[in-house]
Amino acid sequence: MKSFKYMLPAVAFFVLAGFLYVGLFLNPREVPSQLIGKPAPAFDIEDLRQPADRFAMTHMLGSPAVLNVWATWCAGCRQEHPFLMQLARTGEVALYGMNYRDERPKALDWLRRLGDPYISVGYDPDGMASLDWGVYGSPETFLIDPQGTVVYKHLGPLGPNVWETEFRPRIAAMQGVSQ
Amino acid sequence: MRPVLVIVLASLLAFGAGASRADSILAMNPEETFETREQLVRYEKMINDLRCVVCQNQSVAESQVELARDLRRITRDMILAGATDAEIKQFMTDRYGDFVLYNPPLKPITYLLWGAPVILLLIGAIVMVSVVGRRSGESEDDAEGTGEHS
Repeated sequence: MKSFKYMLPAVAFFVLAGFLYVGLFLNPREVPSQLIGKPAPAFDIEDLRQPADRFAMTHMLGSPAVLNVWATWCAGCRQEHPFLMQLARTGEVALYGMNYRDERPKALDWLRRLGDPYISVGYDPDGMASLDWGVYGSPETFLIDPQGTVVYKHLGPLGPNVWETEFRPRIAAMQGVSQ
Repeated sequence: MRPVLVIVLASLLAFGAGASRADSILAMNPEETFETREQLVRYEKMINDLRCVVCQNQSVAESQVELARDLRRITRDMILAGATDAEIKQFMTDRYGDFVLYNPPLKPITYLLWGAPVILLLIGAIVMVSVVGRRSGESEDDAEGTGEHS
């Protein structure tokens, strides 16, 4: 009993050090999304490429959909772009875009130069549609099931690893249910 | 006479400082005008209680990030439209979660957060009582000891 008492400060130190060590590797920018498991917030905004057309949340219903929030001023978006192009080629999922706090000519130029992976792109220059989705940085990528429920959100550039571990199994689960 | 004068001057100063603070906020954001002073006070309190999720160690009041500016505008619009503080907080947490509140609500997941000070105080009290108890016991022993020796 007495020896345990002498150990106590050391035990307390290691517990504290353990917490701090784990804390070192957490990402404080990753705010858990409030939308997971909730219906996707409605929007009905201008289409980026066809200003006369509309892009609404309801357009994404019916099949698993990915909504990618991006902007030309965002370095992470540039980084993930080749992966989005690759994803669009596989046709694995319906990929939609939301152009966030950007300018139309710049955004169109970006798509011309780097390629356009999106089925539709919403134009959200004042960020008000994105605000309802709790977007606070880009890129952000949402996974939405065929019924319009937000299933997952990824913050930061999308890549093969995240796709493999987080998106693909969830999409497979949706397809399992619908079949 | 003199104390009265001092009080009058001091209150004038205090009032002036308060007024100029409010004025400076209005000057900073000319669009942020309110119908009543009470609305302005509520607005100030609200934006100081909200965390800017982009620049995490600043409040919505302090940040000049676009999103924070928009959240200030939304807060103002909601206050002008007659929304209660609870409704504004609900709007914010629906989008960004409790994380956006500098003053998180008391619920099962935050029990430990709110309870930690009490728990730490109790641990401290237990340690103190045991140490002090032992010390006073020892000093009595010592006293007896010295008594025997002398």
